[in-house]
Amino acid sequence: MSAQSSPHPHPSITRRKIAEALFKVLGLCSLAIGVGTLVLLFGALVFEGVRRIDWQFLMSFPSRHAAQAGILPAWVGSTLIMLVTAVVGIPLGVAAAIYLEEYARRTWMTELIEVTVTNLAGVPSIIYGLLALGLFVYILGLGESILVAGLTLALLILPVVIVTTREAIRAIPVEIREAAYALGATKWQTVAHHVLPYSAAGILTGIILALSRAIGETAPIVTIGALTFIAFLPPAPFTTQPPYISFDWLMSPFTVMPIQMFGWVSRPGEDFASNAAAAGVLLVGMTLTMNGVAIYLRYRMRKQVTW
Amino acid sequence: MNLVESPHAQDWPKPLKAETRALSFSYGSRLALKNLSVPIAEYQITALIGPSGCGKSTFLRCFNRMHDLYAGNRYEGEILLYPDSRNILAREVDPIEVRMRLAMVFQKPNPFPKSIYENVAYGLRVRGTIQRQVLDEKVEQALRSAALWEEVKDRLLAQATTLSGGQQQRLCIARALATDPELLLLDEPTSALDPIATANIEELLLDLKRRVTILTVTHNMQQAARVSDWTAFMYLGELVEFGLTKQLFTTPSKKQTEDYITGRFG
Amino acid sequence: MSKSIVTMQEAIRIKKPDAGEEMAARRRARQRRERAIEGGLLFAALMSVATTVTIIAVLLSESVGFFRTVPLTDFFTDTLWTPLFADPHYGILPLLAGTLVTSAVGLLVAIPLGTVAAIYLSEFSSSRLREVMKPALELLGAVPTVVYGYFALLVVTPALQRLWPDLPGFNMLGPGIVIGIMILPFVISLSEDAMRAVPMLLREGSYAMGATRLQTAWRVVVPAATSGLVAAYVLGISRAVGETMVVAIAAGQNPNLTWNPLEPAATITAYIVQVALGDLPHGSIGYQSIFAAGLVLAVMTFAFNILGHIMRKRYREVY
Repeated sequence: MSAQSSPHPHPSITRRKIAEALFKVLGLCSLAIGVGTLVLLFGALVFEGVRRIDWQFLMSFPSRHAAQAGILPAWVGSTLIMLVTAVVGIPLGVAAAIYLEEYARRTWMTELIEVTVTNLAGVPSIIYGLLALGLFVYILGLGESILVAGLTLALLILPVVIVTTREAIRAIPVEIREAAYALGATKWQTVAHHVLPYSAAGILTGIILALSRAIGETAPIVTIGALTFIAFLPPAPFTTQPPYISFDWLMSPFTVMPIQMFGWVSRPGEDFASNAAAAGVLLVGMTLTMNGVAIYLRYRMRKQVTW
Repeated sequence: MNLVESPHAQDWPKPLKAETRALSFSYGSRLALKNLSVPIAEYQITALIGPSGCGKSTFLRCFNRMHDLYAGNRYEGEILLYPDSRNILAREVDPIEVRMRLAMVFQKPNPFPKSIYENVAYGLRVRGTIQRQVLDEKVEQALRSAALWEEVKDRLLAQATTLSGGQQQRLCIARALATDPELLLLDEPTSALDPIATANIEELLLDLKRRVTILTVTHNMQQAARVSDWTAFMYLGELVEFGLTKQLFTTPSKKQTEDYITGRFG
Repeated sequence: MSKSIVTMQEAIRIKKPDAGEEMAARRRARQRRERAIEGGLLFAALMSVATTVTIIAVLLSESVGFFRTVPLTDFFTDTLWTPLFADPHYGILPLLAGTLVTSAVGLLVAIPLGTVAAIYLSEFSSSRLREVMKPALELLGAVPTVVYGYFALLVVTPALQRLWPDLPGFNMLGPGIVIGIMILPFVISLSEDAMRAVPMLLREGSYAMGATRLQTAWRVVVPAATSGLVAAYVLGISRAVGETMVVAIAAGQNPNLTWNPLEPAATITAYIVQVALGDLPHGSIGYQSIFAAGLVLAVMTFAFNILGHIMRKRYREVY
């Protein structure tokens, strides 16, 4: 007996296949809307703002005259604050993650810590601003300063750093740890000589993502009193007299890039709009670059890791 | 053509519901099934036995083109479904159409997270049946055929996951039967169940074969001996021996078969 | 044959009289060091608990001060929010309405689009497309919110005004839509995770019955992933409600009790920003009002987060 090829398909099959084709189109459209907006957004921003970006723009102070306004104090402020955030937030976050992954036992305290970390990840950023306003600015009397901004953002990115570091640490198989222990290493030695170095790339990815998030945060910084119009720079960290390092800059008033953009967007007028767009281009450029680097690192790691 | 030598060559199943001819199958670069030609007798139970990894499940899943769901798979040869003699492995044949004629019960019971009624009615709904009366009738019929009706008739709307393992598997059988399949494929249907549930299902199969052709994979030889009419013994992707169950288990013609049956390996 | 490695027993034998004690002392020092390190790490871990406690404490203490002046009933029933006016009113309803309307618009955008996109990614798309889309969506979610605010005010609202010429420059529709786009990557990511968690065995059961991919996705996978999907939506609501900059920039800063998205209004978050930009003396009622508003916001997001978390745990346990 020989095989025959298909005569007429069951009627419901054609109907269902048409429905499926329609859905695929719908699905692609939804994705397109999601990604398309990114493209549209960046396009609109670049179109409006790129022509404003020049050396003068990067090196001037804000001004009532849009054409002369610049973004200098904003990016200096952002940089200094990032410094504080990184110095405080990263060690705290990584240490907490190490504790949770390597040391913690299943007690109520560990449960509590884990619940609070998950919870903090979902707290709106403006609430961190209120926390900082009440605690750092007033109760501790640190004023509306770079130090406070840095501390606030450090607390904000803490959950992100903890979660990503934990994931990176968890990816290391238990056999490696067992090998270290079997050779007589203590827990800390295992962590410091094995766990951390092997998960370094993953931790780094998490740090980059966290800092990228911190750079773009506006709400908490506004709440603690950043200024949208600032005519001076914080004092320099290096001085000409001994001891050659000054920490006065920590207590200085400041502004940051997203706030500068916010300030310009809130002012009526075409010219300020293009200033805002220029600031936006710089911000988005920075965020996309940092995130892009992190994604690339993660991709490379996945290719390399063969446990 | 790969001839299966048997001293009782006249014991060839007739009539056939299906037949594979020189069926080969590969995943990527690995050749998993080699040149299998197996007949499937109509209204009888055919069992596939063999040690782990011999390809029995892979073979079974060729029938309803499950491999099409995953990339990198290739079929060679034919599987013919009778009475129309269609080669269901042909590229022009829509796998969905094939699956509408066959039904499968899996090793691990996989009821949908829906009510018992909706589980059984699923196949019918998928084909576009919506009249309540028709569905009600078919659901009851299927549940009766699966020997589950008495146990669930008062709670058809309960979640299927509230049933015990054995009941869930019978539910999956009912679900498969509701669409009146021409061939029922069973992939180690009782390996995840306790002995009592297993016995229930074996009894059920003996009853079901009057109405539908059954092809079952089992790693439990005694089950094959108890339940099936014909048995195929596979090893490393090849068909080693095929014949009447009674004869294969008492007087196997190949040494490998005998070794497997007597437990010398596998 | 010379042995350079000395075991403890040998050390004692070779008549190093303090060998045993030396070992013990070294061990004690090592244990002390380990415990100190563990203590330090625990301290870092407890920082998150400290943060949570401090947030609660700060919000509560300032709000207590606020509620000494403003009775709770006024707070929840007054229809005007004008704490900084000569004749102050302290009804949270206008701010609440603003928050809820903008979030609702955002969800009306994010939930349908997000679910369809997630079904497509999880059940239909090739893995190559998924490999490209996931980072793309991640990038979308990383853009600073102030940039989205710019977008809402200077691109989306003008575009909407071409459709409805009487649409005011500040309204809730524009920022609402932008909020929807902003939380889209988040909703897609969580929904897709929920659907991928559904075991292949369930899908095979459906395919084996002759169902198409769409039927399997819609009738089996989505119902099976329900609690995960609802968790995604609930967490999305939480994000939308907490969003600040988009609404501060584009919805206006005038509290307005209305359910019409075509009007301007202020959200809780925008109000806090507005006050913070001004100069309010510490301890004044205006200063305390932002903490009271913040408390309401915190309670809302906390409730949504807990709900979403419980639902996520539930679907993770099932599979």
